Amino acid sequence: MSNQLPVHEGLFTWPSAKPQLLGSRCVNCAEAAFPAQPDCRNCGSRETKIVELGDQGTLWSWTIQTFMPKAPYLSDETPETFQPYGVGYVEMPGGVRVESRLLPNKPEDLQIGMPMQLDIVPFRTDDNGDQIMTFSFSAVKEA
Amino acid sequence: MDVAIIGIGLHRFGRSPDLSGMQQGASAVRAALADAGLNWKDMQFAYGGSQDAGNADALVNELGLTGLQFTNIWNGCATGGSSLHAAYSAIKSGEYDVGVVVGFDKHPRGAFNAKPSDWGIDEWYGETGMMLTTQFFALKTQRYMHDHGITEESLIRVSEKAFKNGSLTPTAWRQQALSYDEIANSAMISDPLRKYMFCSPAEGGAALIICNADKAHLYSSNPLYLKTAAVRTRHYGSFEVFAPSQAMTVADASTVTASKAAFEQAGIGPEDIDVMQLQDTDSGTEIIHMAENGFCEHGEQEKLLREGATGINGSMPINTDGGCLANGEPVGASGLRQVYEICVQLRGEGGARQVPNNPKVGYTHVYGAPGLSGVNIITK
Repeated sequence: MSNQLPVHEGLFTWPSAKPQLLGSRCVNCAEAAFPAQPDCRNCGSRETKIVELGDQGTLWSWTIQTFMPKAPYLSDETPETFQPYGVGYVEMPGGVRVESRLLPNKPEDLQIGMPMQLDIVPFRTDDNGDQIMTFSFSAVKEA
Repeated sequence: MDVAIIGIGLHRFGRSPDLSGMQQGASAVRAALADAGLNWKDMQFAYGGSQDAGNADALVNELGLTGLQFTNIWNGCATGGSSLHAAYSAIKSGEYDVGVVVGFDKHPRGAFNAKPSDWGIDEWYGETGMMLTTQFFALKTQRYMHDHGITEESLIRVSEKAFKNGSLTPTAWRQQALSYDEIANSAMISDPLRKYMFCSPAEGGAALIICNADKAHLYSSNPLYLKTAAVRTRHYGSFEVFAPSQAMTVADASTVTASKAAFEQAGIGPEDIDVMQLQDTDSGTEIIHMAENGFCEHGEQEKLLREGATGINGSMPINTDGGCLANGEPVGASGLRQVYEICVQLRGEGGARQVPNNPKVGYTHVYGAPGLSGVNIITK
């Protein structure tokens, strides 16, 4: 039985029915950071707390990664099976722009200002057969 | 105490399969020494750096074990700027009269693959495919085009100018001019940036002989003056490379603060600059750097490029040797190649790429990960 493990602890709530991106907020100046960090890059305070940054945001900028990156990229793909992926910054209601992989990978499907939804997706399988999960954003589906 | 540049040397950028990166650095130092009419044993100090080609101070094995102070510098793509700043300070302090600044590199083919741990970032960031400089430049350009009404036409024009200038520069790596259509139809690498809009990691070396200006006449009949060297890092809110997140309020980039500091120290303004080198990792970045360095307003680039303002005969010639786009980027050497070219132009030795009307003041700007910029102002 394979498990679904986060690519790194503390990036998002997992396992969860409605996963949230996690970050930190400075107790002194209220600026948010992703990933969470013990000290504040704005004011230098060492008092920060872990906060949920949300699961929806707005696309601030985007690009498409068309070639397979060299290491440290670590996926199950080969140059033959590699699929281009979107990369963008998503403005989160928690008050920070988070860089993320994007599910849409065609220019016509991406537009600055579009609403985005957090997905926790399988990224690769590790040596134990466990699924390594990472965060990604996709277009909010129209109701 | 003023600082003079009395010798310049370049080992041609591109590929030198028979030479190590360090040998290319030594070649550049020898060329700079010959240009200054000096010998290695005359050098009182050296600053140097390389990313992938070894410790700069090992150059003494090639050049001679003279006992000089030799300090290695490493500051990402801005290594050359930081090395030159260190040498500038060494002369300014009065401790030394003459020394050398050298940068060299030899990178494997393909995009850089930085290690997250070297930049204080956890491994997941690289493993999931976000630790790429190409992505950052595309993301910054994409947003900049959206905010300031820059179109793809401008991206193409920057590359067109770069390869045209490269075709006029005997030392450039890429010497083939490319047409507007060839650039416009080249493969999309990282939207909105295409193949011919990115520079490539490369090889090469560059060196400068730096001297106390009061003594420059002892060595050179045509010294140039390094009026200022300023290096600045990012602020909270600067949108810079290798950033898993950014603050909601965008602050001035490190380029803006380095540029302002340099102009202030030199006591001149952007309107006084006759020829300039702006970091052109890609064509979008050159456009952004035009405004970040104070040479135009944000958004004004579209018109300036259409008018040819940044060409060799334009009102603000940028990257007259083809810049990083036509020369490639050996990280350790690249910032010093910029200074080399400005010196060539101020000496009037640019040949087919010489900026007309006897340029007197030049400017260089280098940008590096994870958000630092080095600016130099050089005068006759």
